[in-house]
Amino acid sequence: MSTIVLDSVSRWFGNVVAVNDVSLTIGPGVTGLLGPNGAGKTTLLAMMSGFLAPSSGQVALDGRPVWRNTDAYRQIGLVPERELSFGYLTGRQFVRANADLHRLPDAAAATERILEVVDLVEPAGRRLDTYSKGMRQRVKIAAALVHDPSVLLLDEPFNGVDPRQRMHLMDLLRRLGEEGRTVLFSSHILEEVERLARHIEVVVSGRHAASGDFGAIRQLMTDRPVQYTLHSSDNRALAAVLIAQPSVRAVQLRGDELHVQVDDLGSFALGLPAWAQQHDLTLFELSPSDESLESVFAYLVAR
Amino acid sequence: MNPTIVKLALQALLGRRRFWLLLAFPILLVGLVAVLAAFTDAEAAWTVLPALGYPLVLPLVAILAASSVLGPEIDDGSIVYLLAKPVNRHSVAVSKWLVALVATLVAGSLPLLLAGLFTGDIARAVALSVAAVVAGTTYSALFLAISAVTRHAVVASLMFVLIWEGLLGNLFSGVAWLSVGQWGLRIGHEISDQLPDPANLVWACLASLVVTVGGVWFAGDRLRSFSLRGED
Repeated sequence: MSTIVLDSVSRWFGNVVAVNDVSLTIGPGVTGLLGPNGAGKTTLLAMMSGFLAPSSGQVALDGRPVWRNTDAYRQIGLVPERELSFGYLTGRQFVRANADLHRLPDAAAATERILEVVDLVEPAGRRLDTYSKGMRQRVKIAAALVHDPSVLLLDEPFNGVDPRQRMHLMDLLRRLGEEGRTVLFSSHILEEVERLARHIEVVVSGRHAASGDFGAIRQLMTDRPVQYTLHSSDNRALAAVLIAQPSVRAVQLRGDELHVQVDDLGSFALGLPAWAQQHDLTLFELSPSDESLESVFAYLVAR
Repeated sequence: MNPTIVKLALQALLGRRRFWLLLAFPILLVGLVAVLAAFTDAEAAWTVLPALGYPLVLPLVAILAASSVLGPEIDDGSIVYLLAKPVNRHSVAVSKWLVALVATLVAGSLPLLLAGLFTGDIARAVALSVAAVVAGTTYSALFLAISAVTRHAVVASLMFVLIWEGLLGNLFSGVAWLSVGQWGLRIGHEISDQLPDPANLVWACLASLVVTVGGVWFAGDRLRSFSLRGED
């Protein structure tokens, strides 16, 4: 069981602040690091894996700083986002080299065992430059897992992986988390994180925006004011009906459109058809105008 | 030293197209000297070696070898796969250097000996190859250190060889005191006085040793601080 603790960690590159005063604790189980592109996820993972010194603050694994501490890699398995450039090696040679670098007592057996875990036994004899994106991702995971680490750090592990392999990878990570390992993966896709992680940390623009289990994060996101655009048989009458509802924060008539800002998405979605029916109004169109993840993140930061 | 790193560095060296370039230079050099020795006289053939073989082919081979074992992995960041391991960074640097060194000796120093033998004077050929072993060793450590610091290692190393040692070294005799090639020649001079005597012998030995040890140590130290920069 291992715990990564970030204590008031900041990292800047010249004038650019990539990570701004982040404090978090990552314990056993699967944790998702969620944030839009450019939020500082890679920078955070680089600091957690000892490949970047924090400009200020502390990054520690089980109480010991990670930076310039090569012994930490006995516990850490790292799956970087970077492409493998060992195209001249076969999958088996690459994983074996990783096992050898860890000086595993039975490197050959460990290699075969982990190739089986990631379902790569059959193509393991082929050169890496013939692998598909999903296979490369799996061989990277195999290389990171071959020494049976207690911490697994993955940077955007599902990027470019097809849906079937994604399921397979998710099962694998879930299993590793259930075994008591500390698994942290980054992603910019909410659904991905939601499906896999028990615990979610949200970062936006280098700041730690939210933290909690996926239910709490989902709640935060659905409870934010949401913008809807409505078309109906009588927009003005509908506006009068809607503004009387506690779930509606603001209504605006703009041309032949009705813009509604909703606070409580649940009761609004539930109530709307009935309100329209009671007042003999016909709804032609209802569309969310800012469902993008960016706006969700923007809300979390502004909160 | 770490046998796995040595093996991977060898595979990196042999697996790249650059390797054939590395072999082409010495083969052309030996061929040229052999042809000149056969069709003109041995002395004319010999002049190729101190003018072209030693000051140009040897450092070029060292640059290609040193930059092949370290440069590309640092450039594309894939060295994290080697460094995310409980392996001492200095042993990574030493292992990579050993591979670069062997490649430099085989493809740089050995051809100089062969080419020298074609020109008849055995003592002279041995002296030049001793100089080439010393300089090749120092060059490979120096260029490895340069590969660990900058993405433009090949250009920076070429500038050192062509501008500092070549151009300025020919204009100002004092540059010999800070020239890897001249240190090697000074040591070779002890075997045959056909080689020049540009600097103090003790200085040449010490300087070669310091640059070699310092270069490899520095490369290891840079690896300890290797940082992964995200795209964001």
